[in-house]
Amino acid sequence: MSVTMPPQHPVDDETPTQGKALPTKRSDKAKERLSSPWATVAAIVIAVFWTIPTIALFMSSLVPGDRYRTDAWWTVMADGALTFENFSHVLFDSFGDNSTAPPLLQYVFNSIVVTVPSVVFPVVLGLMAAYAFAWIPFRGSSFLFVLIFALQVVPLQLALIPLLRLLGPENLGLAGEFSGVWIAHTIFALPLSVFLLHNFVSHIPREVLEAARVDGASHTQVFFRIIIPLSLPAVASLAIFQFLWVWNDLLVSAVFGSAETYPLTYPISNLAGDYGQYAYLVPPAAFISMIIPLIVFFSLQRYFVRGLLAGSTKG
Amino acid sequence: MPTTEVLAAGPRPLPMAGLGADFWATQGQNLLFGAIAILAFLAIIALIMFGADLVKGGARDKVQLVVLITPVLALLGVGLIYPALDTTWLSFNEISNEPDPTTGIYTTTMQFVGLDNYRFAFSDPTTLRTILNTFVWMVLVPILSTGIGLAYAVFIDKAKGEKVLKSLVFMPMAISLVGASVIWGNIMYDYNQVGEQTGMLNALRALFGMDPYNFLTDNPWNTFWLIVILVWIQTGFAMVILSAAIKGVPAELNEAASLDGANAWQSFWRITIPSIRSTIVVVLTTITIMALKVYDIVRTVTQGRDQTDVVANKMYVLSFVEGREALGAALAVILFIFVIPVVVYNVRSLNKVKETH
Repeated sequence: MSVTMPPQHPVDDETPTQGKALPTKRSDKAKERLSSPWATVAAIVIAVFWTIPTIALFMSSLVPGDRYRTDAWWTVMADGALTFENFSHVLFDSFGDNSTAPPLLQYVFNSIVVTVPSVVFPVVLGLMAAYAFAWIPFRGSSFLFVLIFALQVVPLQLALIPLLRLLGPENLGLAGEFSGVWIAHTIFALPLSVFLLHNFVSHIPREVLEAARVDGASHTQVFFRIIIPLSLPAVASLAIFQFLWVWNDLLVSAVFGSAETYPLTYPISNLAGDYGQYAYLVPPAAFISMIIPLIVFFSLQRYFVRGLLAGSTKG
Repeated sequence: MPTTEVLAAGPRPLPMAGLGADFWATQGQNLLFGAIAILAFLAIIALIMFGADLVKGGARDKVQLVVLITPVLALLGVGLIYPALDTTWLSFNEISNEPDPTTGIYTTTMQFVGLDNYRFAFSDPTTLRTILNTFVWMVLVPILSTGIGLAYAVFIDKAKGEKVLKSLVFMPMAISLVGASVIWGNIMYDYNQVGEQTGMLNALRALFGMDPYNFLTDNPWNTFWLIVILVWIQTGFAMVILSAAIKGVPAELNEAASLDGANAWQSFWRITIPSIRSTIVVVLTTITIMALKVYDIVRTVTQGRDQTDVVANKMYVLSFVEGREALGAALAVILFIFVIPVVVYNVRSLNKVKETH
């Protein structure tokens, strides 16, 4: 997506690695003077401001229900009355604005069932198309690629109503089912998937592919023997990206799902805006919904960052 | 300091009372269904690909090309392009559901009304406010996220523990917009008219002897407080990408500048900023698009109350709650019109990059 790159652009893959060791040392020196005490203070303020809210959420989720409205978590903590009971209540007993609401555990499973296929489908289909657009010349190739690229920014709101009708009872009858949600997620993920993987696949050295083609390998064989193994890093970062996106999505699931398929975000969003007597259940539920993405994030951060960089800074 | 005493004290319903008898059966079934769907999908793809490999002669390449690109093109055509056109067409119509004068049967009719829906959107004060709010989101979120992200990236560059410091600010990226809305709406901004302030920010105000402030009802500032939530999430994205760009600025440039007597501030503006200009533009555009489409925050925190509504949420409510699909469609198109400049700009730069390759 980037424009007019300076000759030695940072994240350009083709920048040779030669001479890296020496300049780093020199830039260390050059950078040192930038870190004035004020900059340090500002950085600390930002870091604190970006961390405290999540900690506050966790602490608030430990406040017992009868004190949630009246006492702040630090007061409750001073009394030693914080409890993990909310977590078990939300997960196993009930989560909602009445005690007959289903427990959150059901939505945890729904989130898993919604998310995993919605990651696999667009990544596989995207990789196939990415190979075709990058390495098989055909008429209209660049037009179609630019079109797909442009579709990335089309607000999905524009497609919701007709797509719901297509998947709805009058046509495919998949709306409200997991399969309907998967299809919707897959469609909305394809433009980014094709674009990201294309960037990566097109950087595979030409000689590797040509050698295989000269040996008589078909596109199918090249795809399975070369493209898939070599693209695994890109596939990994895209998969993490898509995982977080689908897991955290509310709109697509709200439109194409039903009470049987709603993921974690749906009941949490509903209860969060209703500041009634069950409001104390919202923080533990929100925290539960974050555990899996945060684990994914912290354990696979490297790939995630790589995916972001590929998606937004490479032509 | 959590205590487990409360857990044990007092009679409570059975801990598993909320899980119905068929809970595990249903969940197991769903998981199995998901697993089978994935396996079936992979098997079908593999079968078709290898099936296409059996074709002999010159047609083989063509057949395989078709196999490779058809799924994506078909899904995008049917699932994105056609629906987008259909929505655009719907936005020029009015749907009415009235009994037929002779038979009395309710029938749905679509009537072309030209720009009426758009005229309504821009004249109805609530809807107009919604559009203006979206515009404010579109401007403020990218500027604030990129500004703070850039500042932070520069401040912590080459600092001790840079990785950890980065993770702290980047972490909200993994949190859902709903989760972030809970964090801010229910905890940071919480407001009690009397008694102890349970909201972090109001407690902080109380510490300084200030009156509690109701962040979420104070129009027009409440929109700004909602924007803060998205900025909190997006700053990490801006920071990570800009940090990578900053590290790529050739050291020789800074070296030369410092030999010329430039101080840190000067070399930041004259060397760093121009070198990473294109990356800044990319970050700004990406966040702009994000900000336009966001509906989760408004829906979770205020449901559009107190004039905080945005187009994306209003569109959802009109189309799926109030049954005014045509007006909802018009709002979706307005949303698209907002991003058209971004699309054009990006396509042009993509073409430029392609030419230079």
